[in-house]
Amino acid sequence: MVVAAIAFYIFAGIAVAAAFMVIAARNPVHSVLYLILTFFSAAGLFVLMGAEFLAMILLIVYVGAVAVLFLFVVMMLDVNFASLREGFLQYLPIGALVGFVLFLEMVMVIGTWVIAPETAHLAQSPIPPLGDVTNAEAIGRVMYTQYIYFFQAAGMVLLVAMIGAIVLTLRHREGVQRQSITAQVGRRAEDALEIRKVEPGQGISEL
Amino acid sequence: MEIGLAHYLTVAAMLFTLGIFGIFLNRKNVIIILMSIELMLLAVNINLVSFSTHLGDLTGQIFAMLVLTVAAGEAAIGLAILVVYFRNRGSIAVEDINMMKG
Repeated sequence: MVVAAIAFYIFAGIAVAAAFMVIAARNPVHSVLYLILTFFSAAGLFVLMGAEFLAMILLIVYVGAVAVLFLFVVMMLDVNFASLREGFLQYLPIGALVGFVLFLEMVMVIGTWVIAPETAHLAQSPIPPLGDVTNAEAIGRVMYTQYIYFFQAAGMVLLVAMIGAIVLTLRHREGVQRQSITAQVGRRAEDALEIRKVEPGQGISEL
Repeated sequence: MEIGLAHYLTVAAMLFTLGIFGIFLNRKNVIIILMSIELMLLAVNINLVSFSTHLGDLTGQIFAMLVLTVAAGEAAIGLAILVVYFRNRGSIAVEDINMMKG
């Protein structure tokens, strides 16, 4: 239990510190790297809670896809990030005030609120004991039966996001030579060759 | 000492607050604002998963996975819009994004 507590404090401390560095770092590339560190620590917290599958999904989706996407965009855009930091301190007081009030409200909610004792019996899909099935299998049993429509809807969301991103960023530039596969494959011998009968000693009159 | 639900909720609250704070602090940089939104979604996910494991109900984890999906799609679309905007205007400063203002 003590080991779990120590691990929790390490992961939580790193997560919060890295999250602070995400918004405070001067270089956006460093921000992305701190974001990755935050996701790693959050995955550690998920493992501590007993949601291993979601922890691994978090690593794959966020670290493997989203953070790398951020990194690509930050490095691709030739922006003077120093000029974007002007007025950084101007909004510090109001931001700190709003953040502090929000945090205070959330702490008040967490501190004064209890879970009704009969809630445990109301579980829609109770977590089976870990000895029987693993976390991933338990999620799969629920997700592909009870929540199959939500799963399909998530797939549609990803499809729309993919098509949207491609449509937005694809551009056809004029004056660029491109390979046209259909034209190449659809080329016939009659279009390219002409066979003439050449009489001896005559030659070809016109070409 | 026992690590309970309140500990995880506190961490999530701190991450969420940092996300809000980041939006206020980096009002000119769209990339950092998008990262702050990701932080807030992560905090929501931590909340969902901690309640799920505390109450013994898998629904919260399913929901967290759906939130993850939407977050990935949002990041992809947001960054695509950002790239197109940069291509057209040569800048990503938030105060320049007012072309559609009436």
